[in-house]
Amino acid sequence: MVATVEQSAISVSDLMVGFGKKIVLDHLSLEVRRGEILGLVGASGGGKSVLLRTIIGLIPKRQGQIEIMGMELDKADPREIRMIGRRWGILFQQGALFSSLTVRQNIQFPMRENLEISDSLLEELATAKLEMVGLSRDDGDKFPSELSGGMTKRAALARALALDPEIVFLDEPTSGLDPISAGEFDVLISTLQRTFGLTVFMVTHDLDSLHTVCDRVAALADGKVVAVGPMRELLDSEHPWVKSYFHGDRARVRAGVTH
Amino acid sequence: MANPTLTAIAGGEPTTFSAAGPWIAVHSSALEQLVGSVSLQRATPRIVIDIAGVEQLDTLGAWSLERLARRFQDHGQELVFARIPDRFRGLLDRVHDVNREISTPRAKANRVIAGLESVGRATVGFKDDAKSFLEMLGAIGISLLSIIVRPRTLRLTSAVHHLYRVGWQAIPIMLLITFLIGAIIAQQGIFHFRKFGADAYVVDMVGILVLREIGVLIVSIMVAGRSGSAYTAELGSMKMREEIDALRTMGFDPVEVLILPRVLALVCALPILTFLGSMSALYGGGLVAWLYGGMSPEIFIARIREAISVTHFEVGMVKAPFMALVIGVVACSEGLRVKGSAESLGLQTTTSVVKSIFLVIVLDGVFAIFFASIGM
Repeated sequence: MVATVEQSAISVSDLMVGFGKKIVLDHLSLEVRRGEILGLVGASGGGKSVLLRTIIGLIPKRQGQIEIMGMELDKADPREIRMIGRRWGILFQQGALFSSLTVRQNIQFPMRENLEISDSLLEELATAKLEMVGLSRDDGDKFPSELSGGMTKRAALARALALDPEIVFLDEPTSGLDPISAGEFDVLISTLQRTFGLTVFMVTHDLDSLHTVCDRVAALADGKVVAVGPMRELLDSEHPWVKSYFHGDRARVRAGVTH
Repeated sequence: MANPTLTAIAGGEPTTFSAAGPWIAVHSSALEQLVGSVSLQRATPRIVIDIAGVEQLDTLGAWSLERLARRFQDHGQELVFARIPDRFRGLLDRVHDVNREISTPRAKANRVIAGLESVGRATVGFKDDAKSFLEMLGAIGISLLSIIVRPRTLRLTSAVHHLYRVGWQAIPIMLLITFLIGAIIAQQGIFHFRKFGADAYVVDMVGILVLREIGVLIVSIMVAGRSGSAYTAELGSMKMREEIDALRTMGFDPVEVLILPRVLALVCALPILTFLGSMSALYGGGLVAWLYGGMSPEIFIARIREAISVTHFEVGMVKAPFMALVIGVVACSEGLRVKGSAESLGLQTTTSVVKSIFLVIVLDGVFAIFFASIGM
């Protein structure tokens, strides 16, 4: 690994993505700094997941530039793409754990493919990852279908962190969790972020997550990033969509509880 | 790019090592060797590892250090890290806490006992299968009775829709398959019977075999694979998405709304398909007898008139609705046994096809015994 000088982990500029005649992302630009937790909010169906999937190369872009750790994915050769695959981890919305493998084998999969280490060390590392995300050693022997929603998210996070990536992408990490589990998950993410010095790119709807763990928040509306900055700046934003998002009934109820 | 190093600093008490370089996963095999090569015996009771020179550290590197520390600990020695860079402190502390639970090797089950256990489970499972089959049969029976009492409650549109799907749309593939099977039987018959001059009897063989057994069996197996699996998958995905529960809470009976029209459609479609399939097989057989065996179509038809009677045709056709019922009941009961996950949907669909083909063949055997004993 070469020590990199640039300060942004992900830089997206002038990005355009569409399906058929529909333009989903319209000349979008966004910068994710090294070591920060960036939360991305936006309307349902507004292109948040599309942005995430475009950044990680699952959806082709029409125009624009995406740089991840100083590398452009569409100009990289397969070997470089594989190298970059080791430097990021992705937590999909439904976990995307391989259903035919146990949780432990799921976590070991990227390690087994990329590292040359003995089975006993592999075993210990997998258990270490399991315990770091708050699962027990015995949970490792379960199959994904036997896990609850919260456990699935934790197991998927452990797999995403298997190779100690520099960037972690989280697609709605707390959706479908009860407020207690969601809160614990938030704490887990910020702890791990501090421990590993991760850059976290998080798509979320959870107002509590935005308030508690995100260093900066980007708001996506009409295919563009309309506001980006720390939470308190976004609360003062004048953009109508951002205003209704953070000052709607639900947001006000939350604010009433905490203040 | 430099390699990670772990060097003993000569002399002095306590034994001191100096770790340096990138202690990260990229150098995993080197790290494992490095840590494994440290000799326990030569060290003093207290060992110090100076890690100020470590440039990069990840979980694997941290765990390698921790692993070394625990090896010394098991040996009755104490290992401390010195000059820990601040940015690595959190990770080292975190790694220090994991893997503390003593792993209990899971007892390997005795192979004989495991075998017996699986036989036992399969036997109990067979009871459950039989129960769910009979339950579904009973439920369909009850709902059929209520239809007879109040014919207006029959979901005619749905039944016709399914008849179109499992009957009309299945015709081309059924015709093709049975045509080929008839042709193959005729070809094999002519080829082997010719050796002892009995090729004229191919017509008897094709006629009786197709009308009594092959026609209905091939069509049933095809329907089980084509339509039975579709029923299981449809009902299973409805079960998965709680549609069936929704239906129930609205006061509808899923058997009446979803299952009865499907099973009725199958029971109507299969005799028709069997008839068409049998004709197609006879046609294929006749064509091969003409082109390959040199038997003119007139002679083939004349011989077939002698060889077969209406009884053979009846035996085949009588079986068809029962086959349909078995396929329909198995497909629907397996569909309703689908649990929440997509894996279980795939599993039940496979089970449904395997089970209905098995039952179709068993039922065919039972019918063969029955018809033999009543002299048909």
